Amino acid sequence: MRILSIAVNTFRENLREKLLYNLLFFALLMIGSSILLSRITLGDYHRLILDLGLASINLFGVLIAIFVGIGLVSKEVDRKTIYTIVSKPIPRYEFLLGKYCGLVITLFANTIVMVVGLLIVLQVMDVPITSLVFKSLALIFLELMVITAVAVLFSTFTSATLSAIFTLAVYMIGHLSGDLKEFSKKLDEVSQMVVNAIYYTLPNLERFNLKGHVIHHLDFGMADMALTLAYGLTYAAFLLLLASIVFQRRDFQ
Amino acid sequence: MEHSDSILKTAGLRKTFKVGFWGRSVTALEGLDLDVRQGEVFGFLGPNGAGKTTTIKMLMGLIYPTSGQAWLFGRPIGDQESKARLGFLPESPYFYDYLTGLEFLQFYGHLFGLRGVALGKRIDELLELVGMSHARHLQLRKFSKGMLQRVGIAQALINDPELVVLDEPMSGLDPVGRKEIRDLILRLKESGKTIFFSSHILHDAELLCDRVAIILKGRQVACGRVSELIDEGVAHSVEVVIDGLGPEELARLRQMADRVIVQGSQVLVVLPSRQQVGSVLELIRGARATLVSLTPQKGSLEDLFIREVKNKQPELREAV
Ligand SMILES: Nc1ncnc2c1ncn2[C@@H]1O[C@H](COP(=O)(O)OP(=O)(O)OP(=O)(O)O)[C@@H](O)[C@H]1O
Ligand SMILES: [Mg+2]
Repeated sequence: MRILSIAVNTFRENLREKLLYNLLFFALLMIGSSILLSRITLGDYHRLILDLGLASINLFGVLIAIFVGIGLVSKEVDRKTIYTIVSKPIPRYEFLLGKYCGLVITLFANTIVMVVGLLIVLQVMDVPITSLVFKSLALIFLELMVITAVAVLFSTFTSATLSAIFTLAVYMIGHLSGDLKEFSKKLDEVSQMVVNAIYYTLPNLERFNLKGHVIHHLDFGMADMALTLAYGLTYAAFLLLLASIVFQRRDFQ
Repeated sequence: MEHSDSILKTAGLRKTFKVGFWGRSVTALEGLDLDVRQGEVFGFLGPNGAGKTTTIKMLMGLIYPTSGQAWLFGRPIGDQESKARLGFLPESPYFYDYLTGLEFLQFYGHLFGLRGVALGKRIDELLELVGMSHARHLQLRKFSKGMLQRVGIAQALINDPELVVLDEPMSGLDPVGRKEIRDLILRLKESGKTIFFSSHILHDAELLCDRVAIILKGRQVACGRVSELIDEGVAHSVEVVIDGLGPEELARLRQMADRVIVQGSQVLVVLPSRQQVGSVLELIRGARATLVSLTPQKGSLEDLFIREVKNKQPELREAV
């Protein structure tokens, strides 16, 4: 109940963020622009629209998660609004979870808006809307949940700017780590160990990427879906646990 | 060792901060021992940078002590159950400024699991109590400093706490506002609450407190009943105004007095204690001057405070 109160309040606070609307505007613009692009493209425009649409939702979702997420906790500490909350009978981890849930609600609302935009474009352009599209969207949202947890973790101990940089780095490496692992096979042992360490500690975000499946009509079964879901949720929970531990020990100066 | 009616207690509470790139240690609080009892108004006094906010932040579980211990309601600090019986107003409060007065109090009410009609009623009472009923639909960003302070106090009282901790509740308020907060504190005391507040406005403390503690640069220098502290070792000074003294008598006066201020034909003399009064009167009689007034000065917390600051400063400097 207390977590919900904090989450709702966080959601309200996020809605006041102008950056959110700017990002949303650009996301819709990009999704819409695929209509124009498909006019000047010869051949398979279905593929282009789906690719661009899903990529836009992914990219702008991540940007929102990062730029709203990094300030989530550090802003409360900097502005000292946390003083009156932590002095109430609320464990710090509940506060953190409340903030996290608030941002997830914000992301959900934003994703819904973008998805509606995409569905309209698909409808208008006569692109078949398969169940794979929805699976892909679900995993994009799961990725956002993981990225948000990363942002919250950094936000519990560093400044907003550093959190943004670190989270962005995790996002990029998280998508490249599979390739890195392949590539490292050609390197010496030490480099291989370093790359392996990165591969196994950072989230493997490529697992959440079904764009290839959607475009090439490859199936992604329910078992795979459940496994990926479990992976994402476990990873996010682990990050939040870590964030709670860091946050619990902190002095609010 | 635990007092049955001890509401707030600290033993050797200490806090050092790491500052700068090299993590140099700065001691903000050096071994504080407090014991605040049920139903008291306790003043926590000290000049800027004395360590008042640092102490309060430790008591509220916002920062952790470097060493030492503290208890609220007989339980170690940080305990969730004792937090439920606590109200806190931070120094120059910062709140979500996009909320209206009503939404703001609703938010804090929800954190205590208060809902619906009961919460609505409580909020009405509190807004009335702090004189902010008119601002229930106004966003906090549009509040003046005094208004924020008031709604901050309302927030601290939302759970009907047994202990109210206020960090500088009177700062930034005009004289009328200060009086209102003083009255409010007295009303809370009447309803059986314990109040612990920090301040450097000694006049307020003198009017309100049953007991005070004075800290200076992180060290406790005095603690006790206000009246006892003021009387303790203080020889009450006396102010005498005399008209028509000659230069010769003036010179003799200067030897007796703490201070001599000449203003036209009149002289204001401040005597360190009552003992000098007799000889001054003789001197006046001898010089055929006129005694205009003679006022015994009551010691004040302010005198004590300034004396302590003066006394302890060289000593503290050596200690550093
Ligand atoms: N986060 C911090 N890092 C380093 N030093 C600090 C920190 N917080 C407080 N201090 C130092 O601790 C000392 C006590 O500060 P504190 O804020 O407790 O004083 P105060 O009694 O509340 O003063 P004021 O009346 O001005 O509010 C000061 O010397 C201050 O510089
Ligand atoms: Mg202070």
